[in-house]
Amino acid sequence: MSFLTSFVNGLSLGSIYAIIALGYTMVYGIAKMLNFAHGDFIMVGSYIIFTFVSTLGLHPAVGVLVSIVLCTLLGVGTERIAYRPLRQAASPLAVLITAIGVSYLLENLALLIFGADTKSFTSIIPWSGITLAGGALRIQGVTIVTIALSVAILIALQFFVHRTKSGQAMLAVAQDKGAATLMGIDVNKTISLTFAIGSALAAVAGALLCSAYPSLTPYTGAMPGIKAFVAAVLGGIGSIPGAMIGGLVLGIVEILSRTYISSQLSDAIVFGILVVVLLVKPTGLLGKITQEKV
Amino acid sequence: MALLEVNNLCIQFGGLRAVDDFNLTIEKGELYGLIGPNGAGKTTVFNLLTGVYRPNEGIIRLDGEDITGHRTTEINRDGIARTFQNIRLFADMPVIDNVRAALGGQYHYSLFESLFHVGKYKATEQAMTERAMSLLAVFHLDQYAEVMASNLPYGQQRKLEIARAMATNPKLLLLDEPAAGMNPNETAELMDTIELIRDKFDITILLIEHDMKLVSGICEKLTVLNFGRVLAQGETKAVLSDPEVVKAYLGES
Repeated sequence: MSFLTSFVNGLSLGSIYAIIALGYTMVYGIAKMLNFAHGDFIMVGSYIIFTFVSTLGLHPAVGVLVSIVLCTLLGVGTERIAYRPLRQAASPLAVLITAIGVSYLLENLALLIFGADTKSFTSIIPWSGITLAGGALRIQGVTIVTIALSVAILIALQFFVHRTKSGQAMLAVAQDKGAATLMGIDVNKTISLTFAIGSALAAVAGALLCSAYPSLTPYTGAMPGIKAFVAAVLGGIGSIPGAMIGGLVLGIVEILSRTYISSQLSDAIVFGILVVVLLVKPTGLLGKITQEKV
Repeated sequence: MALLEVNNLCIQFGGLRAVDDFNLTIEKGELYGLIGPNGAGKTTVFNLLTGVYRPNEGIIRLDGEDITGHRTTEINRDGIARTFQNIRLFADMPVIDNVRAALGGQYHYSLFESLFHVGKYKATEQAMTERAMSLLAVFHLDQYAEVMASNLPYGQQRKLEIARAMATNPKLLLLDEPAAGMNPNETAELMDTIELIRDKFDITILLIEHDMKLVSGICEKLTVLNFGRVLAQGETKAVLSDPEVVKAYLGES
């Protein structure tokens, strides 16, 4: 496989990580919590598409839309039921542990409903792609769509956060929750909206991930979830462009090391890079140094 | 009818009655001062009025409506806005966005309109920006609109906090030590600004302050707190010459 092909594949995988990482980083940046169940939202979204498209035979676009809507509800509902009551808890660990609990709950529910066997997911993007450089470089349709979509999402999010009043409410909540509520900003609504966006992105990521790597199990979301978390930390958690860059770096490094070094070692290399970056710049690539005020 | 009416307000932290049997009546348009030694419970009163703390006893009425126990966001929409003793701006946002964030609750357009730039989106955003700019102009902050709030000089940050609070369109504005850390020139300018917003925006102001020059200069009435209880209440001049008040501030001679 040529370097260019690997690079493009890395870009594609990285774009998926980036879309997941955007959800992670927004929830962290605004609600100040790590939603470790975020990866499992991807899996839930993929099963929804699988059910509607492969089992019920609906059009893939319908499947994706239903998946986005249901994942949004799942995210908002999870926050409302499981996380919000713990927001005032004495230790921030309470909500973190709960998130891990939600993660196991979703995985085991999927296990119960769909079984442990691997489902083969039919790609929702039937386009076979393009061939460049006289056949030397073949780019799959799903790769192109993934990369384009992640860039579009990044631009839309940046615009939304900085140029709309809901986005500014998010930034205000991120900086000082207490002051924000006293300025008439509804913190609960703002955090719900953040979860809605993050979870909708998880559904999109699920559709792309399972189209590129078409095997679906209850644990499909777990590893990409962790990688995306690493990507968010690498880029500077809380930073939207940071999540994008972190995701792309991670995807490219993973695929290149799988091609040129060793497929067994690729994950070790990916996490090794995280360690090195954090040693050099503890706040991540684009992270800001914030001083906690007492 | 009084704008703010507080009856028998009490709050207890553990065994400490931080505020006890607190009564306060503020008429519409008044400039009212809340003073007292450090730890007397002044900021606690603000936190009770804005819903940060729930009182153990007592009733708070704004414009005749019982707002006791309302959430902080609701209280802001009921008509009370505040600033903070230690400035709490949205530091990493531009000056104008600090004000715009506080305006958000009064303007509405749907998520759909904002994502696709249709419908009311553009006109609403435009209106918000204009309103924010005109508010900033009142405080001579319009020239710094695009500056990060954290990069403003200290005195300007205090002003921006007042502008941000004004953006929520309050009936009652609570200022927590607005002159803290200001030099005499800045304080004099601040006094003008406070009187200006009271007159121009027809707003009622309750302020906590240690700077006696400011208090005696602009407050029409005063309440003095000491150890969580009201020590004296009434016209500024009378209160400041009250022997009990003098004793609380200067100790016994």
